[in-house]
Amino acid sequence: MALDWSIFCADTIDQQVQANCLGVGRDQTYLGWLIEAWGQTIMVAVLALGVALVIGTVVGVLRTLPDTPHGKSRIARWANLWVEFFRNIPLLVQVILWYHVVPVVFPVFADVPKLLLVVIGLGFFTSARIAEQVRAGIQALPRGQRYAGLALGFTTRQTYRYVLLPMAFRIIIPPLTSECMNIFKNSSVAFAVSITELTFFAQQAGEETSRGIEIYLAVTLLYIISAFAINRIMAFIEKRVRVPGFVASTGGGH
Amino acid sequence: MVLDFSFFTWEVFRSYVLGGLWFSLALTLVATLGGVFFGTLLALMRLSGIKALELTAAVYVNGMRSIPLLMVLLWFFLLVPLVIGRPIGAEGSAVITFVAFEAAYFSEIMRAGIQSIPRGQVNAGFALGMSYGQNMKLVILPQAFRNMLPVLMTQTIILFQDTSLVYIITAHDLLHGFTVAGNNLSHPREAYILAAVLYFVICYSLSNAVKRLQQKIAIIR
Repeated sequence: MALDWSIFCADTIDQQVQANCLGVGRDQTYLGWLIEAWGQTIMVAVLALGVALVIGTVVGVLRTLPDTPHGKSRIARWANLWVEFFRNIPLLVQVILWYHVVPVVFPVFADVPKLLLVVIGLGFFTSARIAEQVRAGIQALPRGQRYAGLALGFTTRQTYRYVLLPMAFRIIIPPLTSECMNIFKNSSVAFAVSITELTFFAQQAGEETSRGIEIYLAVTLLYIISAFAINRIMAFIEKRVRVPGFVASTGGGH
Repeated sequence: MVLDFSFFTWEVFRSYVLGGLWFSLALTLVATLGGVFFGTLLALMRLSGIKALELTAAVYVNGMRSIPLLMVLLWFFLLVPLVIGRPIGAEGSAVITFVAFEAAYFSEIMRAGIQSIPRGQVNAGFALGMSYGQNMKLVILPQAFRNMLPVLMTQTIILFQDTSLVYIITAHDLLHGFTVAGNNLSHPREAYILAAVLYFVICYSLSNAVKRLQQKIAIIR
């Protein structure tokens, strides 16, 4: 079966191959659409990553709060509940819930843009996993670090801000790298609720042009390139923020 | 809006959801067994010391791990029939996809498991006169499986959650069952909520079981 790559220069409306591959004026080629879809994927992934990092850090920190004399603090228990809840329901089901159920059941969300709902869904799902890593990172630190912070007269908040979190975040960069790559891949689930990202493009354009193989190859390649790029960026960050004498190994990692 | 769950009777569960639940569980089981089998082969290839085998396995594993499962599903569902010239159906392509995809993930787990075996064990096996195959089968792999059991089970739980994706290629899985029930009985939102509850109950109890297993193994060691 011969591959015909000219399909990417074709107009999305009349399927005529354009001399200018990116299309001119209002006409869009499949290449133009592909790039736009890639942008959508990146946007969903980056926004969701922001949500996941913020909430994941907060929840992760709350789970490591010192026990009260009566046992585990109530806040830590709520934080545990958050993780169990968002970790044990499939992402697709969560995205469907945010898209179809939440806007109807909670009128507050009725006017929130659909893209944002998907971002919240993906972000909350990932926040549970990041919270788990943040907790593991903090607990991996020697107890002395916490005591040192308290001995210096820091409040609990300051101990986390200046002592524990800066160390914990450096430790968990390898699993965080995987999570960044995961969130990019998981954004493909947004396709199920009609966000026009890469997977949606692949399916739609594949059907329109009946040139599925070329379209799918291109999209798959874009996913692989993106995954590799994220991996390199995280490896760069890991190298830059390394604490001398603490983290021995370098390079990316999964 | 008030939610009304009264439509969901045992009869509805039996006729709409039960078949899908079985399919989801069966897919999980087949994909786990197939994934562990091929994943172990891939791990052995990567540790074989033969450059060509190592490279092939590494490209396969890293390639699979950088594509979304959903893309792989669509690949197999829409393109394999084009290549082999006959349709394989949603359920068939779901099984092939999951085995092929999970093999990449299980291979990384098995590689870590094999590498966790002390070097001395390998040398002891050879010193006893065992061949490479005997050494793997009798000494290394049984211990690698045992060490990695909690991780393998955690991956199986993730795998079970991921089976919900076959809903998109309209295979009759658990989520599909709830969706059809919800649409036919005009309570789609309640059906989605119930689907989430069932997934949660199953995954939560399984992950608790894994936690207990982990503690048990930790004590024996």
